[in-house]
Amino acid sequence: MRRRLATCLHRHAGVRLSLLLSAPMAWLGLAYLGALAALLVTAFWSTDTFTGNLVRTFTWVNFEDLVTGEVYRTIALRSLGVAAAVTVIDLVVAFPMAFAMAKLASPRAQRWLVIAVLTPLWASYLVKAYAWRVLLSTGGILGWGYGLGATVLTLSYLWLPYMILPIYAGLERLPNSLLDAAGDLGARGWRTFRTVVWPLTFPAVAAGSIFTFSLSLGDYITVKIVGGRSQLIGNVVYDNIGAANNLPFAAAVATVPVLIMLVYLAAVRRTGALENL
Amino acid sequence: MFKFMADQAVALRGLRKSFGSVEAVAGVDLDIADGEFFAMLGPSGSGKTTVLRMIAGFETPTAGTVELAGRDVTRLAPFERDVNTVFQDYALFPHMSVLENVEYGLRVKKVPNRRQKALEALASVRLEGYGKRRPGQLSGGQRQRVALARALVNRPQVLLLDEPLGALDLKLREEMQVELKAIQREVGITFLFVTHDQEEALTMSDRVAVFDAGRIEQVGTPAEVYERPASAFVAGFVGTSNLISGPAAQAVLGKDGTFSVRPEKLRVAAPDEPVADGEHSATGLVTEVVYAGPATRFVVDLDAGGRLIALQQNLQVSSMDVMGLRGTRVRLVWHRRHEFAIV
Repeated sequence: MRRRLATCLHRHAGVRLSLLLSAPMAWLGLAYLGALAALLVTAFWSTDTFTGNLVRTFTWVNFEDLVTGEVYRTIALRSLGVAAAVTVIDLVVAFPMAFAMAKLASPRAQRWLVIAVLTPLWASYLVKAYAWRVLLSTGGILGWGYGLGATVLTLSYLWLPYMILPIYAGLERLPNSLLDAAGDLGARGWRTFRTVVWPLTFPAVAAGSIFTFSLSLGDYITVKIVGGRSQLIGNVVYDNIGAANNLPFAAAVATVPVLIMLVYLAAVRRTGALENL
Repeated sequence: MFKFMADQAVALRGLRKSFGSVEAVAGVDLDIADGEFFAMLGPSGSGKTTVLRMIAGFETPTAGTVELAGRDVTRLAPFERDVNTVFQDYALFPHMSVLENVEYGLRVKKVPNRRQKALEALASVRLEGYGKRRPGQLSGGQRQRVALARALVNRPQVLLLDEPLGALDLKLREEMQVELKAIQREVGITFLFVTHDQEEALTMSDRVAVFDAGRIEQVGTPAEVYERPASAFVAGFVGTSNLISGPAAQAVLGKDGTFSVRPEKLRVAAPDEPVADGEHSATGLVTEVVYAGPATRFVVDLDAGGRLIALQQNLQVSSMDVMGLRGTRVRLVWHRRHEFAIV
């Protein structure tokens, strides 16, 4: 009987594939895409202002409020700016670091550096954010105070490994002989970087930026802890679910980062970076 | 004296390189003349590639000097040296077209008319019309030629080739051997190439340096290295070693020491065949017969001890005839001038 089953599975590749994929597909379909669909549907409902109950009839009112509200546009642009700044800072810090790991360090040092980069990921997000709060507090070691700058700094710290690792992997795949060849043909360091290393690792950079950009765009806790009075998109969503009890409006706001990420992914896709994830 | 100095395209003096506790190059002295086709031959790990990389500037020697045309370049970066390299994996830039690859060195050095020069270089390796393609769209042999054009277009003093034919299949390799030789004659640039293939080294080069364990065992023309190997290692690495030593040497040759005879110099004869003046011979049992088309290889265990391999052209015989010799007794005959004492 078991043999017959094994033979049957061997012959019918389609059956085999669907058995293997059934659990992950169910998860992806129901829990993940289902939740997103629910979010989208909710965004077109409204709340009764007196009773606070959901009104399940189609309306554009949430999106109208979102587009006409000056404050929401400011917050969306601010969130975009924070995400972009975090991505640029991480890139500038991560590239030399990844290069040293992949091309200069001995194999032994390489292993230790990878561990060193990964270790902070094991610590709790909250612990790290509060650590920065203590560092930045007036009277703390840095004492720079809270605000948008502090938010960008803390987020850059939190997401740095997600930028280092893809670039490191990309540089690992870049044959050393290409660097030798550029030097052999007369190129100095900067020119080799500009004409050989950067174009060939750009997909890896784009892959890393997807992480730093999307993680920053969705963040609302770090900004609560070190952001002072600044608000990001995530805070608007959070406040509308909690204090304001306006789930439909929260859902409408939450579609903004989703849309931004779709545009970003479409742009990144053209660089071929998605094959590098 | 001055002229002598100027004639050296490459001069290595006491060159050493250690990686940690491993000494990859353990003292190499070498002079390569201008316009020479020079081979560095040796097994993997013998230090030949490290020597090449030190000449190119990718590695800095632990000790010793590298001179190019009389100028000490030991501490100079690769981009400050007038040499170019053809890499073992070709190292073509995958994001650039073939033409952009060939133009790269010219563009870096801001050479005028670079498009024209790059096109000419492509034509010289028979790749006209391939300029717009990406390296990924080419076959191994074509990539190899692009790498060659990319290096040669800069007109370096010395062209370094690191196992240039290693990744090609046999037929292509033989074609490229002839082609490389023709290109070198045409451009007149010193070619210095690294290989572990003794046949390649013998057929292509003007002179060969045989490497072992970080040192040069012998430098000479292919004929010198093959016919008069300076050591047992060279005898074994360049061709089949065929050594006669110890009691066998005493019995067969009547003298002490270690001697080498190349397989094709041995004649397989009947055991009772008379031996002419000036010839040596030894009787033995044929333990193995390997038929290889144009020639047959006989493995003969000598009565006096030891084992010789004889290579015979299949001029008259068929495979049936030679296969029948397995297990029979034969006499191997050779002329005295073909046996060499090995130090």
